[in-house]
Amino acid sequence: MFGLHYRLERKAVGLVLAIIAVASIGGIVEIAPLFTIHQTVEDAPDMRVYTPLELAGRNIYVREGCYACHSQMIRTLRDEVERYGPYSLAVESKYDHPMLWGSKRTGPDLARVGGKYSDDWHVAHLNNPRAVMPESIMPAYAWLSRTALRTDDLGLQLKAMRSVGVPYTDEMVTNAASDAYGQAAPDSPQAEGVTKRYGAATNVRAFDGAPGTLTEMDALVSYLQILGRLTNAAHMPVAAAGR
Amino acid sequence: MIGQLTIGERQSALLMLLVLAAIGIAMAVAGRNDPLGAHGALVAVAALAGIFAVISGYYLPEPSGERFEHYYDEPTKAGIILAMGWAVFGLFVGDWVAWLFVYPDLTFDAGWSSFGRIRPVHTTAVIFGFGGNALIATSLYVLQRTSRARLPDQLSPWFVLLGYNLFCLLAVTGYMMGITQSKEYAEPEWYADIWLVIVWVVYFLIYLRTLARRREPHIYVANWYYMAFILVVAILHIVNNLAIPVSLGHAKSYSAFSGVQDAMTQWWYGHNAVAFFLTAGFLGMMYYYLPKRANRPLFSYRLSIISFWGITFLYMWAGSHHLHYTALPHWVQTLGMTFSVMLLVPSWASATNALLTLNGAWDKVRDDATLRFMMVAAVFYGLSTFEGSFMAIRSVNSLSHYTDWTIGHVHAGALGWVAMITFGAIYASVPWLWKREGMYSARLVEVHFWLAVAGTIIYVFAMWNSGIIQGLMWRTYNESGTLAYSFVDSLVAMRPYYIARAIGGLLFLIGAVFGCYNIWMTIRTAPRTAGEAVADSPDSVLAGTPALQPAE
Repeated sequence: MFGLHYRLERKAVGLVLAIIAVASIGGIVEIAPLFTIHQTVEDAPDMRVYTPLELAGRNIYVREGCYACHSQMIRTLRDEVERYGPYSLAVESKYDHPMLWGSKRTGPDLARVGGKYSDDWHVAHLNNPRAVMPESIMPAYAWLSRTALRTDDLGLQLKAMRSVGVPYTDEMVTNAASDAYGQAAPDSPQAEGVTKRYGAATNVRAFDGAPGTLTEMDALVSYLQILGRLTNAAHMPVAAAGR
Repeated sequence: MIGQLTIGERQSALLMLLVLAAIGIAMAVAGRNDPLGAHGALVAVAALAGIFAVISGYYLPEPSGERFEHYYDEPTKAGIILAMGWAVFGLFVGDWVAWLFVYPDLTFDAGWSSFGRIRPVHTTAVIFGFGGNALIATSLYVLQRTSRARLPDQLSPWFVLLGYNLFCLLAVTGYMMGITQSKEYAEPEWYADIWLVIVWVVYFLIYLRTLARRREPHIYVANWYYMAFILVVAILHIVNNLAIPVSLGHAKSYSAFSGVQDAMTQWWYGHNAVAFFLTAGFLGMMYYYLPKRANRPLFSYRLSIISFWGITFLYMWAGSHHLHYTALPHWVQTLGMTFSVMLLVPSWASATNALLTLNGAWDKVRDDATLRFMMVAAVFYGLSTFEGSFMAIRSVNSLSHYTDWTIGHVHAGALGWVAMITFGAIYASVPWLWKREGMYSARLVEVHFWLAVAGTIIYVFAMWNSGIIQGLMWRTYNESGTLAYSFVDSLVAMRPYYIARAIGGLLFLIGAVFGCYNIWMTIRTAPRTAGEAVADSPDSVLAGTPALQPAE
């Protein structure tokens, strides 16, 4: 074996090919089957896509690096399930490009934070975390309320998501900007289209408390309020969820 | 610098910079309503500065044919200075984010300075800015000595070094503007990723072209590691960053993968960025500088073969240990755990090989802080690979995951292993490169050494404590069978450790500042006149390399 190596290390190209071959095996064996084995991701017929406003909120979550301190993955451990809710299923992040499972909990897990607190609580908390939780060490995100949300490119954002496999319809793409406005302005004519396209259960509220203006705070809170609620699969008995 | 390029190379440089400027301007125009526009302007300004530099030096006399008598070390010198600059910047930002855990309002109510944006600035500045520049600089140095061949040309190493730093600059400024893919240790967006691929291909070609002209029959161990670093990082980078941009005028892109497949791909990348960037590359550094500085042959050639192929094969399976108890299928988690435990064998084989190489030179370890940096690095390498294998065991991971223990583990590796071996290699090579008798102040190297050791130990102990306490508090039940602590209880308990961690980081930063001063003063002292050949003495010291005359 060492004799063989003694010859191999005299050939630069041979060494290069050997390194590529040896290093490729692990990834191929572990990653490729995840795309082909059907049981990897459960079926959840009730799973819906993010609305344009929620997607914009998700992009703000990514932009601000929230994932560096908050996970979105409840592990299959008793204390986690009791603290945060039913453990996370693979299907729940199947429209997450990229996934935001996270790797660190400086703050608590957010996989099921949707609906746990009121919109007002989230807005107050994001404006100044220490106003609602004196011990918190989270940064304040007060400028989100002062910043208007960019909506002119939401159609393009949905289109890009569609090209990586998320089933947005043409209608959703065309109406993306107006749906974003409507979701945060419940009494506006645009609001009706949101529930028509994304389901009656969609949150249509003035998330930041001001229905007329669409801010980044609206988007982020709408995203936080949908976390863990795109499908009900995790709340069903194991046998039903696995089918 | 321009004076070292031939006329043909100056023309190629101008052409490339013009293309780069055009791309920058196109990006600035297409992305005028997007953060991409600012990056386009940055690229264009960088390219124009380069064009100005080339033109102002264009009519300098061409380098003489005498240059082929020498190795080409100017890019290495620049790389070392850049690495130290990034080190101070990255460590400063790191300590700043550490203090944010204690004083969360140190963010000036602005987006660019909030924790989530500057934390990747810290990780990118230290891993890619400091580590990457040190790897490029030392690899070019080692490649020439162990091959006894000069780099193939003068332009391509500068392209790699400066192009790579442009990538780092795009990354770091991007995060502050909110441009990120959120993929850990692969945050830069699609255009920066494409640019890095181009830089990386040229880097690899420098390696192959120099090796093709080598005057040593065998490729030395250090080069196996440097090649594995270049090759595998390329594979990881390309696969992990597959994404569709929103448009050519948007910085934002959406990852090609989602959910569980994306999680596996990201940690396959993430763990092997540790393996091939932070381990293989720096092992290459260790396999050259440690025997050279100790003036002892490598302890075992066979052990280095076993550890090299062990690391190259086994590491690529280990990424899934970051996803224990998650929605990732169980069989992948189990494979990741199994291979992580097996990884201890080649890891400890490398650490043992390094430490046993010091046999017969322990008196030097006592007297020479530079060699002691390398020795301590090998010890921390052994410790953190053991800890890594241990933490990859599923039941241990159930406690350690999501806690500060992971942060402590990473820093045991990053401060104790990566930074220490780099400081050792830099202190060894600065006098060689600038032809000085030695460092300006051996005492300051000693001071740096102890600040670095103290900072690392304080940091790691603080995070071990906080991580294990966190993990235990989260899973503690009271007598009535309910969870004993709220999340915020665990947060309050962390405060003393967060303060200690920030102090440890500060000590490490101060050490690096002393290092910069020492290097600067060394460069400013008069060059040595006699004994010039010592710096490029033949590498007969290294095992497997026959004693031949040096190339210069």
